[in-house]
Amino acid sequence: MRFLFKTSYDQDLRLFKHGGQVFWYSVLGVVLLAAPWWASEYLLSQLHFIGIYSIVGLGLMLLVGFTGQISLGHAAFLAVGAYTEALMQAAGWPFWLTLPCAALLSAAVGIIVGLPALRLKGIYLAIATLAFGVIVEEIITRWDSLTGGNSGKHVKPVELFGMKLDGDADFYYLVLALTAIACVALANLLRSPTGRAFVAIRDSEISASCMGVNLAKYKTMSFALSAALTGIGGALYAHKVTFISPEQFTLLVSIELVTIVILGGVGSLHGAVFGAAFVIVLPQLISIAKDYLPAAIGGAAGLQATVFGLVLVGFIIFEPLGLYGRWLKVRTWFELFPFYRKGMFRRQKSYMKSERLR
Amino acid sequence: MKFFSVENLGIQFGGVRAVDSVSFDVRRGEVYTIIGPNGAGKTTIFNLIGLIYPASSGRIVFQGRELTGSKPHRVAELGIARTFQNIELFEHATVLQNLLIGRHRHRSTSLWQELAFTPAMRHAERAQREAVEKVIELLELQHYRDTMVAGLPYGVRKVIELGRALATEPRLLLLDEPSSGLNPEETNDMAFWIEDIQKGLGITVLMVEHDMSLVQRVSDRVLALNEGRVIAEGTPREVQQHPAVIEAYLGTRDDKEPLATGAGISA
Repeated sequence: MRFLFKTSYDQDLRLFKHGGQVFWYSVLGVVLLAAPWWASEYLLSQLHFIGIYSIVGLGLMLLVGFTGQISLGHAAFLAVGAYTEALMQAAGWPFWLTLPCAALLSAAVGIIVGLPALRLKGIYLAIATLAFGVIVEEIITRWDSLTGGNSGKHVKPVELFGMKLDGDADFYYLVLALTAIACVALANLLRSPTGRAFVAIRDSEISASCMGVNLAKYKTMSFALSAALTGIGGALYAHKVTFISPEQFTLLVSIELVTIVILGGVGSLHGAVFGAAFVIVLPQLISIAKDYLPAAIGGAAGLQATVFGLVLVGFIIFEPLGLYGRWLKVRTWFELFPFYRKGMFRRQKSYMKSERLR
Repeated sequence: MKFFSVENLGIQFGGVRAVDSVSFDVRRGEVYTIIGPNGAGKTTIFNLIGLIYPASSGRIVFQGRELTGSKPHRVAELGIARTFQNIELFEHATVLQNLLIGRHRHRSTSLWQELAFTPAMRHAERAQREAVEKVIELLELQHYRDTMVAGLPYGVRKVIELGRALATEPRLLLLDEPSSGLNPEETNDMAFWIEDIQKGLGITVLMVEHDMSLVQRVSDRVLALNEGRVIAEGTPREVQQHPAVIEAYLGTRDDKEPLATGAGISA
């Protein structure tokens, strides 16, 4: 068990709270940097996807987990990012310009979607964003001249400062770098006034506004940042799959993205990465399991969707803190061995709020 | 120039005049208390001052600036902080984070500085933390600094709410029933803190309170409301002995409908 003895305020400001964290994150960094040497081609490709989904998951986590605004239309931002990247690249723009443009355009669309969020809450916001997702999907399908409609668009490998990043390892380092930047930037944001304002909005809008938080500004900002990250994810996704078409950005994808956040653990950055890894690995596990299952089950069409649904429901019932919460429990069990008790993570029920003003 | 004044303030909910042309001034540095029976419109006045409800009529002027028609967050930026009768803390954040959110109006950094956590940002955060630590020390919250608010007992939450409001470094502090739900010992602490806030920190306090002994102890002036109207104003003693106040709380001797004749109780 570790006791932290705090002697300066800087200790609370640091990203890494103690030497153990520095050590384990360094190990993780080295292992990830060395991945092209130890990982097979297949595994490396999965790592690409995990990185991309992590960036998107972080974006959605900021919105859902930290600002408390639900979005069932995030596939639309993914699409905006992917198509911006594809179209700008086709027009001959360099990657270092197209990526920020993908992020900015997604952010702009995010602001437009964020505007109804100022008036809508909970289930109504979910419906509004869901409708938005469907609208964007429809626009992409119908706007043949720009997007190629259902016949889709081909995307060439990334070219960065004259270097062609067409190898798996090159692209891996690009994704890894962007994922790391996204993680650190969000961790920074969350220890600053803006991140705290987001959390304030999540927990009580009324008292956030009484503390001087401009609700309209910060909600819009959260939508914009979330959309920007998702847009970056979308741009990378376009390069990864090399071919994009409207059916890659459907409602099911939006739900898959929400699954990342919920499985990972609402309200933790680790959760976004864990959730992304889980969502990528699960379909692989299912396809492996198919070989051992009776044909009637293994060959069934909706197997993957069913398993996803079951896992989601299972997590909501048995582990609302998500994978990150599970990880915390395991870690605490080892730290406190043999003194871990079952109810340690149980939180007291919040007091009834009898007087909701709005 | 008046420090804080409310002129002919009114709001209607459907056919009910919850607050009906209420006017009063709060002088700089005093503790001004609003009392009244349940449903008199005390908390509604707070919500009108905080611009959570739009006033149907009247003006609210703070240090020469009119608040009415502005936005709730502007009120906080001008230096008015409040607490809530039914605690509204940020449940899934630590006590320290809750207090730091109180520092929101003193932030000085841009989004880009925050994303990169530049040295200027670090410096600013340190300053915020120092300001918050002063509040922690005043209210003796050291023990709870890193605990989640969800799960803390009621009395402590009440103090954290006060702390969060103080962290904004307000010029005017609105306290909505600071002693409700507290035991006598905690109420005593609260009274001590209110005196400290007024005399030590020089913050003007406008408060709604039911506990008359607390009101007597800390208030300079008292306003009594009933059914949305002002019925008396003056020192605590004057108001307490005012016939209209006694009538509002206890009824009159020659009430036509006596309350307890025991008709329905005897069996």
